Amino acid sequence: MKDILQDLNKAFENKVRLGIMSALVVNDAMDFNSLKDLLGVTDGNLASHIKSLSTKDYISVHKEFLNNKPHTQYAATPLGKDAFVKHIKAIEQLLKN
Amino acid sequence: MEKQKYLEDLQDIKSIMDRSSRFISLSGMSGVAAGVVALIGAYLAYQTVYTGQDYLSYRRAEMTQVNLILLIGIACGVLALSLIGGLYFTQKKAKKANLKLWDNQAKRLVINLMIPLATGGLVCLIVLSKGFIGFVAPFTLIFYGLGLVNASKYTLSEIRSLGIMQIALGLIGCQYIGFGLILWALGFGVLHIVYGIVMYKKYEA
Repeated sequence: MKDILQDLNKAFENKVRLGIMSALVVNDAMDFNSLKDLLGVTDGNLASHIKSLSTKDYISVHKEFLNNKPHTQYAATPLGKDAFVKHIKAIEQLLKN
Repeated sequence: MEKQKYLEDLQDIKSIMDRSSRFISLSGMSGVAAGVVALIGAYLAYQTVYTGQDYLSYRRAEMTQVNLILLIGIACGVLALSLIGGLYFTQKKAKKANLKLWDNQAKRLVINLMIPLATGGLVCLIVLSKGFIGFVAPFTLIFYGLGLVNASKYTLSEIRSLGIMQIALGLIGCQYIGFGLILWALGFGVLHIVYGIVMYKKYEA
């Protein structure tokens, strides 16, 4: 039981962060607006959660210019994918008990 | 209490993964519509090709210039009506679920479907121009099936087995040329209807 709780990741307790990770583990990369539409959150809200995930190195940020407009792509890092999978496994274990 | 929250989390994760990576608005009803249109088209094609012949004796497919143009016309009509029907029902489903019809997932689906499909269309035109008319029906089945298998990664997973069955029917059709039209009706008509109903029941009812 104690091990399970250890694997539950505080970084994914928030719904928005959980959503960002869910989307990024099944897609190679997504841009800001697609994520925003998908999760139905405001710009500021999404930006702050992206920031907290990227400071943990769970997601990578790739900035580029598309038709002279900034276009930012987000992707899950191997570290982030690993942490996310562990988190889901822990939830599944918890629900089994 | 805690368990309830985590259960919800898991459901959220699954829903977001599906919505962000697959095109899930594809309606079963569009399959049924395409199937019905295909059956009507096959009937019309049959009437055109085997016109005015004795039903009990051996029948020969009449392939005149006029018939050929008629057949291509029927084929285009079937394609257009199926697309319109498919779009109509799929749009209805998307609206109900509050999803966009044309998004990245839809684009990916269409591109991956179109690569084998366009190839097949060209192959059929070439085969037709060389006079191997009997191969057109089975080839459309094969390439359509390949398109479905290819596109299934980006939409409901059942599409894959539908594609494999279309390929199988197409291969049978290549071996038994005379049954081309019947197999075509079976694949594009009956299979679409059966799959459409199954998917409608599973995802929409």
